[in-house]
Amino acid sequence: MKFLCVECDQQMAFAERQLPGDGTLAASFKCPKCGRVVAMLTNPMETQLVSSLGVEIGGRTVPSEPFEMVNTFVTGGPTWSPDAQDRLARVPSFVRGMVKKIYGDYAKEHGIAEITPAIMDTARTELGLEGM
Amino acid sequence: MRTYHQLTDPDRSGLAEQIGAQRRRVAERVASMHRIVAVMSGKGGVGKSYVTANLGRAVARSGDAVGVLDADLNGPTIPGLLKAPAGAAAPAVGLDGVKCVSMGQFLGDGAPLAFKGPSAESFVWRGAMEASTLREFLGDVDWGELDLLLLDLPPGMQRYVELCDIIGKPPPVLTVTIPTPESRDAVRRAMHTARERGSELLGIVENMVGREYHGTAADDLAKEFHVPVLARIPWHPPGNVWDELADHVSGTR
Repeated sequence: MKFLCVECDQQMAFAERQLPGDGTLAASFKCPKCGRVVAMLTNPMETQLVSSLGVEIGGRTVPSEPFEMVNTFVTGGPTWSPDAQDRLARVPSFVRGMVKKIYGDYAKEHGIAEITPAIMDTARTELGLEGM
Repeated sequence: MRTYHQLTDPDRSGLAEQIGAQRRRVAERVASMHRIVAVMSGKGGVGKSYVTANLGRAVARSGDAVGVLDADLNGPTIPGLLKAPAGAAAPAVGLDGVKCVSMGQFLGDGAPLAFKGPSAESFVWRGAMEASTLREFLGDVDWGELDLLLLDLPPGMQRYVELCDIIGKPPPVLTVTIPTPESRDAVRRAMHTARERGSELLGIVENMVGREYHGTAADDLAKEFHVPVLARIPWHPPGNVWDELADHVSGTR
């Protein structure tokens, strides 16, 4: 998608992306000529449609990881609470998949349906994973 | 007002570049595969996965490197048929050294496939999510050099069409049917789809021959589409049935 500043007849440039955490997305675009800024706000269904293509509006800051879609969206085991997802997102990307699997395996072994920060703390202590 | 294609400034969102990177990753994997064959039917319950697994094993026993991509995301059976270790990182290695990737490796025992996302009108994004999953199965798996990759398709033709787009060209297809006229009629539609899409029709495998199922589906389809009946698989097939089918399909001998 592209945005046109009709008054200036200029293609607007992507400026910023925000993910509020409620399934919605906000992206702002700025006219390079007049400086006008518009925001594109997508609802959860629209955001999911973009995500399901494996792309990120605003561009990627790091290359996609193997099985990124499957690991992020497929639920066949325990689910992750929003707080736990935020915490997992702060783990460096190159070990995030491994860390996610460790907590997921811990939850499965203990019959835990939802991984929360408290569960992560308990698992970290029991498994000796300080720092993860 | 200018229209989309008239706006030519670089897109800082980089969506086109991201899609391009996905396609390059798949193309690099496909380049290391000598041959890709889709095993399809259009009809459920005819034994596509059974044929796929045994065909793959027979080709592997002849010394070729074989992989199986289980495209049945909702009812994955390939890991079980190949006795691939549960929970193994993709690709898992099953009987006779056949490599495989399957949704079964990502789901807990007995857990149904579900995607995180808004439940309302999920049909809008579910198809794209499933296609992206297939793209990752093809492009993100370290398959290594393969002589043959078999695509085990579920009933219907949606996955076939998606894989044609992902691979970039329609793969040759091996068609599986059972003898009944009901199967023939469903399989006929699938074969028309494959032919119209540009796939080479390799031939027919008639499965579950010799007991309750009666009919001439394989011969009827072979005549209509001018393709050979490559194998007729009885309920308890001798091993050489698969070896003979392997000779027809692998394309390396």
